[in-house]
Amino acid sequence: MQGFDAIVVGAGPAGCACGYTLAKSGLKTLLVERGKFPGAKNMWGGVYYGPALNRLFPGFWEEAPVERYILRHRFSLLTQDSSFSAEFTSKRFSDPPYNSFSLLRSKFDRWFASKVEQAGAIVASGLQTDDLLWKGNQVTGIKAGGDELPSSVVVACDGVNSLLIEKAGLQKNSSPRDFKLGIKEVIQIPRNLIEQRFNLAGEEGIAWEFIGPFTRGLPGGAFIYTNKESLSLGIVVQLSALAKNNVRANDLLEEFKNHPAVESLLVDGQLVEYSSHLIPVSAKAMMPELFTDGFLVAGDAAAFLLATGLTLEGANFAIASGIAAAETVIRAKQIGDFSRNSLSDYLNLLKQSFVLKDLKTFKKAPHFLENPRLYRQYPELVCDLAEKIFTHQGRPRKKIWKQLRESMDGKISFWQIIRDLMRMKGAL
Amino acid sequence: MKTKSIEEKLAVNKYDIDREVHIRLQEDICERCDRRPCLYACPAECFKLLENHITFSYEGCLECGSCRIVCEEGAIDWTLPRGGFGICYQYG
Repeated sequence: MQGFDAIVVGAGPAGCACGYTLAKSGLKTLLVERGKFPGAKNMWGGVYYGPALNRLFPGFWEEAPVERYILRHRFSLLTQDSSFSAEFTSKRFSDPPYNSFSLLRSKFDRWFASKVEQAGAIVASGLQTDDLLWKGNQVTGIKAGGDELPSSVVVACDGVNSLLIEKAGLQKNSSPRDFKLGIKEVIQIPRNLIEQRFNLAGEEGIAWEFIGPFTRGLPGGAFIYTNKESLSLGIVVQLSALAKNNVRANDLLEEFKNHPAVESLLVDGQLVEYSSHLIPVSAKAMMPELFTDGFLVAGDAAAFLLATGLTLEGANFAIASGIAAAETVIRAKQIGDFSRNSLSDYLNLLKQSFVLKDLKTFKKAPHFLENPRLYRQYPELVCDLAEKIFTHQGRPRKKIWKQLRESMDGKISFWQIIRDLMRMKGAL
Repeated sequence: MKTKSIEEKLAVNKYDIDREVHIRLQEDICERCDRRPCLYACPAECFKLLENHITFSYEGCLECGSCRIVCEEGAIDWTLPRGGFGICYQYG
């Protein structure tokens, strides 16, 4: 049986970008997806920052199923009964090429995979990859659905729980501390109510992040992103901290939804989906081996994800690494060599691109973001001080500096703040 | 919004449930485990404690892999449902 030049496993952003690039350059490509359709197994928070996709499909928002372009980024620190918010917006955010979009993966990945198919690849959905084929130390294809499918190279884009990495015998370096658990509700709300409540018009959207007591001091936060006729609302919490502290993510999500700053936004909303996903947040520290003979790893499977506290960015890294893997395979095909040595080009391409550069720049960020003071003491300090400043007690005011000292008393010291700032300087 | 139980939440999801169980527990290991992180880590709360025994029901599984990561005792034989089966996100 005539084999494929490349089999790409997993039709998420990494696999689709890889499959598209391969098919475009004329390689015989198979994209395999275990879900009933591409996107069926995929979820995320929901905002995509466009550059990598825009390079692949200039003006993609004209045809891709995007929800809203993000006009406003808001960030709120909450206490039990108060909130302190900052918002950034720019005129540039409302003009093409836009800065970012809210997106729902079930629709978006289906669109992306259809582009791969149009480029000439075969897309096989509902097909679970059970094992790899081998010839000596060389991966030579996959076993899927009882069939053996030969291929010069296999690209594993099978996500955060990649089973193919293990099957390929690549070294994994992760521990429970390296993962955050994201859970999300999609809540349907009539379009006009979304626009009223979030002060939006037309296709404008907001991306809103929260830190507060709902995570009970565990590293993590919450988000609300506006879609056309729904909200994506969820929390992201360190998985090991949940297990260690006997806390259920869903209980935290309900606490968040019941916060006074959030509750009124959800009135008359109807839950239409509850989803969850793991997020590999330790980047460089948890990265597996990235290639072996006839085998490459891209996207979440390779832990290519940047967590800086305010942003969790995986899709650009997935797309860029998928393209780098494809370029490596295209060159390997030209010289007829799919050995480990030939595929090591992949590492060079990643090192030249933002993928490994960004992960290196922010390699201390994951550890910094485990600091519990970021999730309890600082939000309380900011809200407490703001309350003092904005409230008149009916008696002479103290200097703001003195009020700050009072807010800090017994909770946090200047020494700790300075130490945290120094750590932040190193990490971010 | 009225608070919903996890069962009510999972009920709005679309699943194509396989007859084959894709995650199995080695009960003897679970018996000896005193931390039981699976009870808290699973966002679909598929792990339950019944008369001091851990039970697992695969039907509501969201295939996120949390149990696989937090169980460091090696009690969970974790695989994925067969192609096309399991959770089928309509929004994602």
